Amino acid sequence: MRSEVAEAKRIFSRPETLVDIPTHYCPGCGHGIIHRLMAGVIDELGMREKTIVIASVGCSVLIYDYINADGLEAAHGRAPAVATGVKRVLPDRLVISYQGDGDLLAIGTAETVHAANRGENITILFVNNAIYGMTGGQMAPTSLAGQKTKTSPYGRNPAEAGMPIRACELLNTLEAPVFIERCSVHDVPHILKAKRATKKAIENQVKGRGYSFVEYLSMCPTNWGMSSQAAADWVANEMVSYYPLGNFRDR
Amino acid sequence: MAEPVLMRGNEAIAEAAIIAGCRYYFAYPITPQNEIAAYMARRMPEVGGTFLQAESEIASINMVLGAAAAGSRTMTSSSSPGISLKQEGLSYMAGTELPGVVVNMMRGGPGLGNIAGAQGDYFQATKGGGHGDYHMIVLAPASVQELADLTVDAFDLADKYRIVTMILGDGFLGQMSESLLLPEAPKRSYDKSSWILDGAAGRDRRIIASLRLKPEDGVEQINLRLQEKYRKIEAQEVRFECSQCQDAEVLLVAFGLAARVCKAAVNQLRAEGSKVGLFRPITLWPFPYRELEQRAGRAKKVLVVEMNSGQMLEDVRLALGDKVGIDFYGRMGAMLVETEEIIKRVKNYEK
Amino acid sequence: MARGKPDINSERCKGCGLCVRACPESILELAESFNKQGHHYAVCVSPESCTACMSCAIVCPDTAIEIWRYAKAS
Repeated sequence: MRSEVAEAKRIFSRPETLVDIPTHYCPGCGHGIIHRLMAGVIDELGMREKTIVIASVGCSVLIYDYINADGLEAAHGRAPAVATGVKRVLPDRLVISYQGDGDLLAIGTAETVHAANRGENITILFVNNAIYGMTGGQMAPTSLAGQKTKTSPYGRNPAEAGMPIRACELLNTLEAPVFIERCSVHDVPHILKAKRATKKAIENQVKGRGYSFVEYLSMCPTNWGMSSQAAADWVANEMVSYYPLGNFRDR
Repeated sequence: MAEPVLMRGNEAIAEAAIIAGCRYYFAYPITPQNEIAAYMARRMPEVGGTFLQAESEIASINMVLGAAAAGSRTMTSSSSPGISLKQEGLSYMAGTELPGVVVNMMRGGPGLGNIAGAQGDYFQATKGGGHGDYHMIVLAPASVQELADLTVDAFDLADKYRIVTMILGDGFLGQMSESLLLPEAPKRSYDKSSWILDGAAGRDRRIIASLRLKPEDGVEQINLRLQEKYRKIEAQEVRFECSQCQDAEVLLVAFGLAARVCKAAVNQLRAEGSKVGLFRPITLWPFPYRELEQRAGRAKKVLVVEMNSGQMLEDVRLALGDKVGIDFYGRMGAMLVETEEIIKRVKNYEK
Repeated sequence: MARGKPDINSERCKGCGLCVRACPESILELAESFNKQGHHYAVCVSPESCTACMSCAIVCPDTAIEIWRYAKAS
């Protein structure tokens, strides 16, 4: 038993912008981590009262329940267009579009490419978990070759479905974007790097620098059919080799 | 005192929108309404507004959605196939009660069709188009003057009820040039500060979404509120025009361009002694059911004239039931209905 | 001598085990018992070895962990 009580300081706590309620996300899902990174950056930049989050369609469809800022629903794939509409009317607000792989790279490919090409001064946070989570585990444009999903039960066949799409590389062909980075949330060192990328991407918008894009490799234990820890390993061992981490553009 | 100006229909819409305070216009090119975008591309910067040519009609309606949520007066325009693309966005705007103006300069369809004016999108505009139980206010102008006047009204109606208002014109109206008096700027503005998304400074955060998964304040609740709103609009916003209806024994019913042709027929028939009139709905939704039933009281025959297969015809039948015999004259595929044919039929009824 | 401690909200914890995997001191485990959601929540089994590195909190998808650091003894 200690005879003196050590003074304690809280050095890690919930960001103010992250609402203190349980989330509907599965155990081990990467969304909760990425939500917290985003919320933490909004707090650090003091932008909570000027933020409008555009919610897309996927597991994160209810993100506005978890982020203490104005929230606007967008139809599947349309978030970059909705964000464009908001930002053009309110250029000094922080407009963040948070999207999954189907939303960004399947149904929303045109909106994704064109908002980036126009260089809209918005921030896109792209969660790549190589599967469609919300609808129960179908193949995504980012599902890996050979990956078994509900709609590729024999494994993704590149001859029929093509190879997975690399969003950062795709957008990197465009002139306008000022920041493009791919990171991961499968372990602590990578989460810390992801935090820095998130901050840069959001700060760019606050400073009016232009279009910023962050891709997060993320875990989906439920639809990958594995434990949370195995899912984190799968990101490291299977996803990173196809989706190289790092910065593609930082103007 | 304003001087009349000569303007092409499409351009009159655009100028009227600017007069109404629209400062955010998003669209994708499609014939026969491209003059609207070209006019906006030139005029919006002059008034400090935003013109953005989007990557598709889908993107542009979603930009309208975003701009509306941010509190602006915003508009998009297109023609039939492009309006088909916008249906998802229109349903979302209805479900989230976001105001906006959508212009449809109809063309021949279905499919790619042709590029001349038609009236084949009546069902799409008034009965849905998008999914779910919702309505838009649908205004049917019949002249360049009305294209302008109704566009200004559309923004007011949209803001008054937090609803999408559609201007349902056609390719001919858009292309024709007529003299008009540009409408005055609206005197009334609507305070949107209680619901728009502009950042939660000094207030609780707001969420604008049509997804409601919990049963309490669920989708049924949204729908009950919407239905209440629609009943109000039906009670208060019906518009129509009746030309020489009082003693009409034959009543023509037509909207938009077809009504102009009918008016010419009415004038000629009246000069020749026929007792014929024209009932012209201006709001296609809310449709003037009661008003049509009242005005058709004395008629022995009703002739519905449309440039489609008979779409408004169904609403006319709903309004009149068995009370009077209803005939239909229509052309499809952007073919014009003809005065001569109308006159021939009316004279036939009179025999 | 503990440098700090993790404050784990056992009702919020979903028992994903990412914190267990992340802890460099291996002092976190999933409990035998479970919370109202039916999850075996994380517990710190050797708090005296906590270095307040924050790894568990950083990796927790549910922000169920807060970290306290003790002031150095004078």
